[in-house]
Amino acid sequence: MTVGLAHYLFVSAVLFSLGVVGVMVRRNAIIIFMSIELMLNAVNLTFVAFGRFHHTLDGQLFVFFVMVVAAAEAVVGLAIIISVFRLRESVDVDRMNLFKW
Amino acid sequence: MNVAAINISLGGIGPLLILSATALVVLAIDCFWPSERRSHLAYVTVAGCLVALGATWRLWGAQEAVFGRMIIVDNYSTFFTGIFIVGTTITTLLSIGYTSRMGIDRAEYYALLLFATVGMIMMAQGLNLITIFLGLETLSISLYILAGIQRQRAASIEASLKYFLLGAFSSAFFLYGVALTYGATGSLDLEHITRAVGETTFASKPLLLIGVGLMLIGFGFKVATVPFHVWTPDVYEGAPTSVTAFMSVGAKAAGFGAFVRVFSISLQPLSPDWTHLLWLLAVATMVVGNVMAIAQTNIKRLLAYSSIAHAGYVVVAMVAASALGTSSVLFYLLVYTFMNLGAFGVVLVLGRQDEEVLAIDDFAGLGRRAPALAAAMALFMFALAGIPPTAGFVGKFYIFSAAVQGGFVGLAVIGVLASLVSVYYYFRVVVVMYFMEPAGEIPLAPRSAPATVALVIAAAATLALGLFPSPFITAASRSLVAVLF
Repeated sequence: MTVGLAHYLFVSAVLFSLGVVGVMVRRNAIIIFMSIELMLNAVNLTFVAFGRFHHTLDGQLFVFFVMVVAAAEAVVGLAIIISVFRLRESVDVDRMNLFKW
Repeated sequence: MNVAAINISLGGIGPLLILSATALVVLAIDCFWPSERRSHLAYVTVAGCLVALGATWRLWGAQEAVFGRMIIVDNYSTFFTGIFIVGTTITTLLSIGYTSRMGIDRAEYYALLLFATVGMIMMAQGLNLITIFLGLETLSISLYILAGIQRQRAASIEASLKYFLLGAFSSAFFLYGVALTYGATGSLDLEHITRAVGETTFASKPLLLIGVGLMLIGFGFKVATVPFHVWTPDVYEGAPTSVTAFMSVGAKAAGFGAFVRVFSISLQPLSPDWTHLLWLLAVATMVVGNVMAIAQTNIKRLLAYSSIAHAGYVVVAMVAASALGTSSVLFYLLVYTFMNLGAFGVVLVLGRQDEEVLAIDDFAGLGRRAPALAAAMALFMFALAGIPPTAGFVGKFYIFSAAVQGGFVGLAVIGVLASLVSVYYYFRVVVVMYFMEPAGEIPLAPRSAPATVALVIAAAATLALGLFPSPFITAASRSLVAVLF
């Protein structure tokens, strides 16, 4: 069996869906954030697979930008989560209830 | 890929460079010459913005794709750049008294405002999905920090966390959409995408449609359209009011800047597929935004729902997908910048020492205690409701006439009915200010001259754009001349 584009796309779609489900069902802010990172990496896999398929560099190029942005997001996100923990001693998003919906 | 073809044009990204440099200068000044009061940093920021505005002015009429087709300098992006910089300038002026009252008078505050503006400009100037994505993230990450900059206040940090988690979530959807679009078309360049979409074979069309749908989710979140709006009221309420003001105009305008370029311009050949979706989005956004706003008792939440509703009006113009529709988007966003910043500005200058006046009932008696302020608020409320002769009326008129011309009469009728509903809650604020007896003393902040200047500018622009709209409408429609790359 040769591993073709479809396999990569399938794996990345599964990873992306796992990330979405993780964001939806988990209540810990850090785990939600990890699920988002999983989604971003699923996107990276898609980009690399399509880049190879099209024989263009754009796909690989985009992956670097996504990684940089993910790193920047992690810096800011974890800082925010730490600030929340300092005030609340909890990072449970269900306890974020200062506002009515 | 031809390296020699990369044409570097520092003039083309002049506003971007000037704002980035100003942000660094602000940080450096605070680092090397620290002082107790930091209003001088705000003036440095304003000076940088004015220089950048001058640079933007000089770009008007230019038409070239630079930096290896990553950036496009055309009237469309220049018009948006102007909107962003004006918004940042007014926000900075409004912030001067407020930041020291709220204890967020820090160099990072001004630097992040500038970096966020840089992100917005990148979104408007992006000709490649990479640039648009980078701009989007530069803007969003700056805003996550700004929303939580009062990190001792639970509401602020909670707003920041919510905005961050949902924002990153939606960015992931946007990115996946970009990846699938790239897969279907083989390019990230908007012009190549247009060409590829025109000749898409049946086999890759589902892929393309899923990609476009996911990008729609990403943009829908950034500009706060229903059903991707749930973060808006909470974040707007929790964030410091000056940041909310900035977010509500800048981030929305930038979101639409990229949204319109990607959908109405680049994906134009695909419009039969996305028009119905946008139609639904527009109706849901206008109806939900306006109806939910009625029940609000907090002025920031009211303005949050009102900003959702206004996003709906802009989507109406996008549905029309004509030159008139797109130029009415530009004009409306310009108008919206002034009237919404003005409304938030009045909320900002009320309240004293780290205590804000946010309940609508607290505005009672303002008409007698601060007549000028109350008159300004009334003007902004009339403008947001779309009452002539304010700019809000002209903006809405153009949007709905674009919809009617495009054959979307039903949509225009729903839009007009929805904005009739909005008259109720905007007028309630006016009624409370002039005809209700105050229950207690409203705290009035010490007068801040820069904030007064900002409010005067916003009020004057709201009136001027309503009375003499033609030069600006001409500019908006000239923004679309040869916008197609």
